[in-house]
Amino acid sequence: MTATERAFGSSVLRLEDPRLITGKGRFTDNLSRPGMAHMVVVRSPYAHAKIKSIDSTEAAAMPGVVAVYTGGEMEAAGFGGIPCAWVVPDSDTQTPAHPPIAIDTVRYVGDAVAIVLADSEAQARDAAYAVDVDYEPLGVVVNAKAATEDGAPLVHDDVPGNQCFHWTVSGGDVDAAFSEADVVVGETIVNQRLIPTAMEPRAALADWDSSMESVTLWVTSQNPHIARFLLSLDTGIPEHKIRVVAPDVGGGFGSKIPHYPEDSMVIFASQQLNRPIKWTETRRENYLATIHGRDHVEEVEMAAKRDGTILGLRAKTWANLGAYLSTASTGVPTILHGLMLSGAYNIPAIHEDVYGVFTNTTPVDAYRGAGRPEATFMVERLVDLVARELSMDPVDIRRKNLIEPFTEGHEVATGLIYDTGNYEPALDQALEMFGYEEARKQQAEARSKGRLVGIGVVTYTEICGLGPSEVAGAVGFGGGLWESAIVRFHPSGKVHLMVGVSPHGQGEATTFAQIVSDQLGVAVEDVEVIYGDTDQTPMGWGTYGSRTTPVASGAIMGAIEELKEKGTKIAAHLLEAAEADVEFNDGVFSVKGSREEGKTIQDIVLAANTAWSMPEGVDPGFEASAFFNPANFVYPFGTHIAQVEVDPETGEIDFQRYVAVDDCGPIINPMIVEGQIHGGIVQGAAQVLWEGAHYDEEGNLVTGSLMDYAIPKAEFLPKFELGKTETPTAVNPLGVKGVGETGTIGSTPTVYNAVMDALAPLGVGQVHMPLTPEKVWRAINQAQEGGN
Amino acid sequence: MEVSIKVNGKSYEREVEPRTLLVDFIREDVGLTGTNVGCDTTQCGACTVHLDGAAVKSCTVLAVQADGASVNTIESLANGELHAMQQAFTEKHGLQCGFCTSGMIMTAVKLVESHPDIEEDDIRHGLEGNLCRCTGYENIVRAVAEGARRFDPHSPWEMDPAEHKITLREAERRARERSRT
Amino acid sequence: MQTAPFDYYRPETIGEAVDLLTSVDGARPIAGGHSLLPAMKLRVASPAALVDIGRIPGLSEITRTGDSLTIGALATHSAVAASDLAKSDCPVLADTAAHIGDPQVRNRGTIGGSLSHADPAADYPTLMRAIGATIHVTGSGGGERSISADDFFVGLFMTGLAAGELVTAVEVPVMSAGQSGVYLKHRHPASSYAVVGVAAIVTVDGGSCAAAGIGIGGVTGKPERASTAEAALVGNAPSNETVEAAAAAVAGDLADPIGDHYASGEFRVHLASVLTKRALAEAFGEVSA
Ligand SMILES: Cc1cc2nc3c(=O)[nH]c(=O)nc-3n(C[C@H](O)[C@H](O)[C@H](O)COP(=O)(O)OP(=O)(O)OC[C@H]3O[C@@H](n4cnc5c(N)ncnc54)[C@H](O)[C@@H]3O)c2cc1C
Ligand code: FES
Ligand code: FES
Repeated sequence: MTATERAFGSSVLRLEDPRLITGKGRFTDNLSRPGMAHMVVVRSPYAHAKIKSIDSTEAAAMPGVVAVYTGGEMEAAGFGGIPCAWVVPDSDTQTPAHPPIAIDTVRYVGDAVAIVLADSEAQARDAAYAVDVDYEPLGVVVNAKAATEDGAPLVHDDVPGNQCFHWTVSGGDVDAAFSEADVVVGETIVNQRLIPTAMEPRAALADWDSSMESVTLWVTSQNPHIARFLLSLDTGIPEHKIRVVAPDVGGGFGSKIPHYPEDSMVIFASQQLNRPIKWTETRRENYLATIHGRDHVEEVEMAAKRDGTILGLRAKTWANLGAYLSTASTGVPTILHGLMLSGAYNIPAIHEDVYGVFTNTTPVDAYRGAGRPEATFMVERLVDLVARELSMDPVDIRRKNLIEPFTEGHEVATGLIYDTGNYEPALDQALEMFGYEEARKQQAEARSKGRLVGIGVVTYTEICGLGPSEVAGAVGFGGGLWESAIVRFHPSGKVHLMVGVSPHGQGEATTFAQIVSDQLGVAVEDVEVIYGDTDQTPMGWGTYGSRTTPVASGAIMGAIEELKEKGTKIAAHLLEAAEADVEFNDGVFSVKGSREEGKTIQDIVLAANTAWSMPEGVDPGFEASAFFNPANFVYPFGTHIAQVEVDPETGEIDFQRYVAVDDCGPIINPMIVEGQIHGGIVQGAAQVLWEGAHYDEEGNLVTGSLMDYAIPKAEFLPKFELGKTETPTAVNPLGVKGVGETGTIGSTPTVYNAVMDALAPLGVGQVHMPLTPEKVWRAINQAQEGGN
Repeated sequence: MEVSIKVNGKSYEREVEPRTLLVDFIREDVGLTGTNVGCDTTQCGACTVHLDGAAVKSCTVLAVQADGASVNTIESLANGELHAMQQAFTEKHGLQCGFCTSGMIMTAVKLVESHPDIEEDDIRHGLEGNLCRCTGYENIVRAVAEGARRFDPHSPWEMDPAEHKITLREAERRARERSRT
Repeated sequence: MQTAPFDYYRPETIGEAVDLLTSVDGARPIAGGHSLLPAMKLRVASPAALVDIGRIPGLSEITRTGDSLTIGALATHSAVAASDLAKSDCPVLADTAAHIGDPQVRNRGTIGGSLSHADPAADYPTLMRAIGATIHVTGSGGGERSISADDFFVGLFMTGLAAGELVTAVEVPVMSAGQSGVYLKHRHPASSYAVVGVAAIVTVDGGSCAAAGIGIGGVTGKPERASTAEAALVGNAPSNETVEAAAAAVAGDLADPIGDHYASGEFRVHLASVLTKRALAEAFGEVSA
């Protein structure tokens, strides 16, 4: 790519790839420090039990073992509980204590009870097996709704009824909507628990420097600045004495947002032993002790007129939060969920009650989409039910209710103001790409031969690009949601762009370089994006909520604008021209009409860095920093269509086709955007077809490994057909919206609706996800028996 | 126990515990961290390396089982230039976080070795032992097809195709012979 | 993730291996290690010693003698899948091997290990029962014996091997004219193992089914022979009705089905019936085509 070719909008190959394809990735577990010891965590095999005693005598005497610590020792050293960073207001939210190592009670299988430190990981593991813990088992509750019933065991003695919060969202006159309705449809949806399963397990390496009384923590984090902020609260180490580095991070999908107990444990142990301490999670631990996602039981209803006009939506949701509050636990099923219940439609009246409930299970927090997939599933499922009730085509009912195009904001009943949207073109394009009418004809023909072919259509929108910090405060988030950036030109014209966000696979080292290249006319390769290190980057709130590009690009653009102005001043000075006569195009500052005599940005940068002759009042150097606090969220949207065929004998589902037309505004790098959509579609489809965490009554995670929990493989999937429309937002200077979660948000209801469409001729009404062959087979049997 | 394992063409004689996994030998004893560990049940394939020319999951092989064998890791592929498969992975955007990538590429290299026209279905089937959570596989499949198309078996430690066409027994015989001398 | 510590032996002959297995306390053989090592890493198994039989010469050949193929215990799944001899003389064997696990697993796992492990969800054992394989073993003092597949699989992870005894080879009949075999599996989406596997071997002679072997894995604790279903076939023309009748009879051959969160016993029995129907249809299709 030459500097004059427009970098914005082209599929520049990723700058992060060379190291990753040659085995030089800098993942946390690849790092080691001189004198490093290893930590292994002893975890509870009980979902709920009193710890009567811990005997580590044998373990401590084993070869290589340096120390064994319990929760009491950590507490005595001044380490506090793991903080929750999101407390939804007006909901009486209970925030029970969360000691990093359980002190007298364990509350889920996998809760930490002790840590073992040894010279090698194998030695630490051997000794961990030898730590003798005496437990007194207590009553267990794993299901959120059951946990609220009278007499259910209490997860926390100080939280009556296991209720963490009761939150409501209300807009319009819901009772009137339902009493006026011609049709009311409803279902109890189980939006099952999922396990994020980033391919890189979590890891943490702490190195305490006693001379500086400071610590460096390398950790698999999506947001090192949040990690540092929260660590300063519970470790007692002042924030400026903590450096958090997230090197290459092997996927997160939300599971690497939270501040985890192990982060504090390695710091504690490093302080105690004056040695660097590394901990790397096994996959088994990843399934037990890294957050899970979703897990709602939702009683939902929709009211509509006979012509298909939607009048209202009513829902009661029990959100399983697990045993403790994780960093963003309470925000996910409330703000990120309830506020999105209008979907892409005009729904005049909406009411939802959400109950956040503690259970003896792994904590639940943000997993790709976080709250929005649950909301979209609810809405899209209900819309299909109304269509079925009224014998309408799912496309027609959607077209009828879609919000009309808007550019100046559109307020929905939940109170959100969507930024920009134009939903029908995406729908039309998707139908065209899919060959919808022809496909329906073929489906009818297949049906006449007894084949179960189904088509699912979804028109979604979602809230991302989190977000205006004022709103963050109003909804109880304990931080801001702005971003910052520093663009620093070195004398030779090479650039460092330092950002507070922390990508881990999304490719912003490339897309951000493209922005700088596009705006300032330097080559993409001349820009290195620095992220993931609190000592090297300015404050930022991290990478999640499809916010990295829409929010950080605002800060980057702010810095760029400042540099353009500064460059213009310097160029005018050097060219002995009036500032107003200087223009900047493709990396050259010149007097209008005489580009040849102009100064390249590199000339200007060198001049600014040497500062031999600066214009009056202009400081040396060529660097700018900027902050960006967006005025609103952004709302990407689109239409997804899937086709499946069900084997009526075995209940197996053949996932045959998938068309996705998404609108995330102007696209910086189409290749990267498509990759995000592919990955998202698969995670969303996986919820329908394969994935589901399952606990037995004793609170054991039955799907506790990759042997039992089925994340998709290449051969389960069809090829994806992608299209796009581009509706810019006014929220940020580049007009870009987020795309990291759209695939997941759109695909779950699309694939589910497709399967239900396939089963419709048999009269099958509902099957709970994941749609495993047995469940489908049983549903078919039941419908057929019912029909007889 | 003393083992001698050739990794990327270089012999490493090391004293190891019998329980040392080949992946830990590669990562810790040899110090090559390109081979990753993503699970404990042999499902994910992040740890895939070539053991005497065959793709294997190095988390489920003991170092002592590989004694005398020749192991190639992701670090062996680029020979000044990127290997065709590595090139295809970056060009087709077959990676996002990159954690599965080493294993994916090592599996892919063996999958397409003698199938330049490999069909999409066979690629998907052949990647069954490799999990990726980021890409949805779409671009990995494209990358493998592209890598197959322009596959060039030349890479520094696999220069001579005959070298890895030998049988396991022949390799063992050679290994024994070497350890005798 | 590390296993518990153990001692390691690498014998050069079967005799040495058997001696070690009988003399060293808590010793277990390891071949490909693809069932044993995963169990050891999770510390579900922690043998005190491993006797690595992986390099004993002469145990990985695939040869034909008369009307049977002999597969050495150390033949890997990929070697069997790629074997020209297997592909031509007993295609169902090569095909079954090709559907085990994934490519990397097939490069390590061995047929001897798979049979000895006797996992009810494994693929080979089911085929071996259907095809009427003979398993050759060597025990202490070099004593050799042969065990029919029917007697070899005793129960959940249990075989007829005596302590210290090693599987050295498996012998299967080659497919004769008019004979065809098909193995079908309902694969677990996570583990790749068979939730249910069905192997059907049929012989058609003069327009009717002269012999049939049906093996069913994954439904009960060990691979079963569906003898009632087989009886429903023999002597009848291979029509749809015959196939349906045999498939319907399968349930009667499967007492006490096992179930788990993914598939209940009832569903497994149902799958066994459907897969039997499909396997038979395909097998008959091949011989009548
Ligand atoms: C991810 C994964 C997926 C898999 N998928 C499948 C699948 O789909 N279908 C399937 O059938 N299998 C599957 N397997 C199992 C695989 O086929 C194993 O390789 C096989 O079951 C055991 O063979 P092995 O040589 O690895 O045995 P090992 O693990 O070495 O040994 C297994 C057991 O047998 C004993 N043993 C080994 N060899 C002998 C011998 N010659 N005589 C006596 N005892 C012996 C050992 O002591 C041990 O108890 C899978 C394995 C993995 C890791
Ligand atoms: S680490 Fe997952 S298969 Fe080896
Ligand atoms: S690229 Fe992240 S797991 Fe494959």
